[in-house]
Amino acid sequence: MGLQAGNLSPQTWSALFWIILLFSSFGIVGKSFLGEKKGVLFYYHSLVSPGQLILAKILYATLLTGLLSLAGLLIFITLLGNPIADTGLFLACLLLGASGFGTSLTLISAIAARAGNSGVLMAVLGFPVVLSILVLCIRVTKHAIDGLGWEAGNDELLSLLAISGISGAASYLLFPYIWRS
Amino acid sequence: MKNWLKWLSVVLLVYTCTAGLLMDVPRLSIVNETVRALYFHVPMWFGMVFLFLTSTVYAIRYLRSSDATHDIRSVEFANVGIIYGILGILTGMVWANYTWGSPWHGDPKQNGAAVALLVYLAYFVLRGSLSSEEQRARLGAVYNIFAFAAMIPLIFILPRLSSSVHPGSGGNPGFNMYDLDGRMRLVFYPAVIGWILVGYWIAQLRIRLQNLADNQPNNSNQ
Repeated sequence: MGLQAGNLSPQTWSALFWIILLFSSFGIVGKSFLGEKKGVLFYYHSLVSPGQLILAKILYATLLTGLLSLAGLLIFITLLGNPIADTGLFLACLLLGASGFGTSLTLISAIAARAGNSGVLMAVLGFPVVLSILVLCIRVTKHAIDGLGWEAGNDELLSLLAISGISGAASYLLFPYIWRS
Repeated sequence: MKNWLKWLSVVLLVYTCTAGLLMDVPRLSIVNETVRALYFHVPMWFGMVFLFLTSTVYAIRYLRSSDATHDIRSVEFANVGIIYGILGILTGMVWANYTWGSPWHGDPKQNGAAVALLVYLAYFVLRGSLSSEEQRARLGAVYNIFAFAAMIPLIFILPRLSSSVHPGSGGNPGFNMYDLDGRMRLVFYPAVIGWILVGYWIAQLRIRLQNLADNQPNNSNQ
């Protein structure tokens, strides 16, 4: 199976890749608050301000998602072949997508952890929020597969950056209210 | 809500329904008489965005003051906003059935609108899963603000980036072309104001009802 064997189209490749990345980022970013023990949270509370904590969590989630996506890409290339014609554009999309997932899911994870019940709420709350990021990423991936160059993906990359910025700023402003109790 | 605003909304909507259905509209190929959807479908989205925006403003005010009345306002505006969104999708589907040939075309605008509604449905799932009233209000307000920020790309940016067969994008005739026709403008603007006012009115009624229910002394299921 794979691109070499000819039974996997580039479109399917990109869809598979992003779906796997979506689920794994839900898993790892969800852990950033859901996995914490109560004592650890109290410890953070005494140590840092909420703004610092959420920024640190976002940074960590972004790095982790970025690393994970690179590892995923490596595995995909070895096992399923490489349809990407424009590597630079695709890597930019990967990193911006990772930062988008990281920023928007971290706050959702904090809300879901407060609400007490697990990953189900995380998925329900997070899915519609990250869907726009996912759509943009898939679109840039298509440009990268077709090798259309940076010009084609400019708008999408800018929008991805803007979404990360907006949700990062919103998280920074809103997190203190979740943290308070 | 001021009485004259209520009267204004009634008058405007009666005018919209009669003039919107009876007055002459420009003859356009394919669209034909369905162009009248402009008076009923498009104001729903204007109303929805207005209601969600108001809901977000009250969510911000709740976070700043912890005053439960702001929370009730925020919830009820979101409630009516969802109704407007559903009506917008339904009227759009009726229109699409006649012009595109099928009610659900998978158009970026349709998908964006559906996901935007999912965001607000998730808001109610979140509220439903919290038992403490104070926590429900606070987390709900936080998600409400965050959801509004997440909704903006869905309904304003994404559809504009992709090719769509929806009027107003991808080279299809949209507002600007209809606006050139003075007759339609004469009905369209009053329709938008009328539908927004009626949404505001419904939300006000629900807020008063909710306030009364909360203040009832011998109400055991609160």
